[in-house]
Amino acid sequence: MLVIDNLKVNIEGKNILNGISLSVKPGEIHAIMGPNGSGKSTLAAVLAGRNFAEVTEGSVKWFGRDLLEMAPEDRSKEGIFLGFQYPIEIPGVSMVNFLKTALNEHRKHKGLEPLSASDFLKIMREKKELVEIDSKLANRSVNEGFSGGEKKKNEIFQMAMLEPKLAILDETDSGLDIDALRIVANGVNKIRRPDSSVIVITHYQRLLDYIIPDVVHVLYDGRIVKTSGKELAMELEEKGYDWIKKEVDNQV
Amino acid sequence: MSGESATEERYSNLYEENIERIKAGSSSFINSLRAPAIQQFRELGIPKRKNEFYRYTNLDPFFSYDYRSYFMPAPSDFVKAEEFRCDVTDLDAHGIVLLNGFYPTLNGKLQQLPGGVWIGSLNEAAKKFKQLTEKHYGRYATVNNDGLIHLNTAMASDGVFVYIPEGTSVSKPVQVVNLVDSADDVFIQHRNLIIVEKNADFRIIICDHTLSPRKFLTNAVTEVYVGENARFDIIRVQNEHNNACKITHTFIHQERNSVASSNNLTLHGGLVRNSTYHHLGGEGSESHSYGLCLADRWQHVDNFVSVEHDFPNCTSDQLFKGVFDDMSTGAFNGRIYVAPDAQGTRAFQRTNNILLTDNSRVDAKPQLEICADDVKCSHGATVGQLDENALFYMRSRGIEKREAQLMLMFGFAHEVIQNINVEALRDRIDSLVMQRLKGELSRCASCMVKCG
Repeated sequence: MLVIDNLKVNIEGKNILNGISLSVKPGEIHAIMGPNGSGKSTLAAVLAGRNFAEVTEGSVKWFGRDLLEMAPEDRSKEGIFLGFQYPIEIPGVSMVNFLKTALNEHRKHKGLEPLSASDFLKIMREKKELVEIDSKLANRSVNEGFSGGEKKKNEIFQMAMLEPKLAILDETDSGLDIDALRIVANGVNKIRRPDSSVIVITHYQRLLDYIIPDVVHVLYDGRIVKTSGKELAMELEEKGYDWIKKEVDNQV
Repeated sequence: MSGESATEERYSNLYEENIERIKAGSSSFINSLRAPAIQQFRELGIPKRKNEFYRYTNLDPFFSYDYRSYFMPAPSDFVKAEEFRCDVTDLDAHGIVLLNGFYPTLNGKLQQLPGGVWIGSLNEAAKKFKQLTEKHYGRYATVNNDGLIHLNTAMASDGVFVYIPEGTSVSKPVQVVNLVDSADDVFIQHRNLIIVEKNADFRIIICDHTLSPRKFLTNAVTEVYVGENARFDIIRVQNEHNNACKITHTFIHQERNSVASSNNLTLHGGLVRNSTYHHLGGEGSESHSYGLCLADRWQHVDNFVSVEHDFPNCTSDQLFKGVFDDMSTGAFNGRIYVAPDAQGTRAFQRTNNILLTDNSRVDAKPQLEICADDVKCSHGATVGQLDENALFYMRSRGIEKREAQLMLMFGFAHEVIQNINVEALRDRIDSLVMQRLKGELSRCASCMVKCG
């Protein structure tokens, strides 16, 4: 479904991604790990359509279509979801209004009628339970005054509402205590349908105890330097990233 | 003769030509203030930009214009005013209509509501309640450096009078609809006096509409007395066409432990200048000053606020927001004065503005004069564009860019709107603002003028 081919990205004259190739099939879970500054978040942002980086080479296909040509809202409606590392606070825009607008845009795209207020609230109630999000938060402005953990839960709650084909979770585990981590991870597992895929971007192995990846990639210096099974995550947890950095630097 | 003094002379002549007619309808007390006031006006003139309080607003295009007539009503003029109905049908309010600043004559000039409340024509009230009006009229509009206030005192012919007796709680708000309707370009001045006695509770809504496409200039003064432990809210909804200039001066004097709020909602208008003066004149009183404006094309909206803490342990806050499109411009000047003895003062001020284009502009100026030491004060001003991060976040959830921008602007505006404590009006303003932001409201609601 997603095919990234030799993607090179430049931010303000600096090369951040130096030729990434990655292919995700329906139902797969990929983990992307790597040290700080390796380009993980840039990759996530480029896939979601954040207009801050220049793609200098390569291509990204989404079900055969050129993803990079699509507006962020169209990517969302076509089934791509980005769980933000730092979710944005939007004062004055209520969670209900925000989600209702988003959900109805998705429905319109599929040729469906907008949801009635009562149907919408029913769906919202069901999905809230999946991520154990406090009902009071749903009545507030988007992310405003939410704690770090609540913001991350809110990302997964939005994922549950929008039911994406591909969820890219950018360091969803950062800033979570162990209980919140479990709730968030279980939420992802419950939401996921057999044919939907996830890209988990993380520093640590602990989230991968819950969301078990089919493939683990290590990103370093804007390249995927290692791809292996889930055991690679364990190895990284044990040994850190230095041995990989050394390996790569020696090759160069 | 210089161009400047020619303008002042025109208003001086307007006074001479009309003063006998104006005096004929007023009480001797109100008339006794006129001659000294026109003298003050002649000395001060129309405020220029070198006046610190008018630094960002050029009144000249409206004041240097020759309006020829100074409106005095004939009974037939009121037929249309009597027929006017507010289209906020679920707004449960006592309605009053003013036509070009005059109280219509057809249904009696003063009416009594349950609880001993009086509303009606200021001219009539000045005769019927001589002592009461003399106790309050002209006592609060005491800013001496603004020629326009003196011009109003000199020439205002009528306006709204409201009297809420001690301990009376008026559950329904009073709605004053200011209609401006004339076949000629006119200059209008009216004067309102609102007296809210001890322990009373009262809300007033003032809506401005223009009904004909002429050039209008309104210079209105409102004086409010809020007695001990009383509650008072004034909400202005300004909806005039691009050829209209609206200048309001509102003076709210508060006694101890009273709570008052003012909310200026400027949806449309050519040039709008609102000066709001809050005088905390008794210990433990509290004031809130809010404002929201949405401007486009060549519109200009200026909010001037002055809060004076004269007694200890008073609280005040100011929240003014603006959205500026096209080449529209705006200004906010927020003054806080804390007197030497006003210990325990808490005074806050914030203005946030969004510029939608490179050609729009807003000037924000805080002005704090603090003479006491046990004081908690803050002020903040922002001028910027819509938050790019928030826009991307919303788009990444499937919300179209245009819709996301609208939601952000609406959320921005709603922070002011949510302070309107009349539910039907709050909902109405929400929907008017949404329509306005969507560009669906190319002219003012209820306005027959297609000023484009």
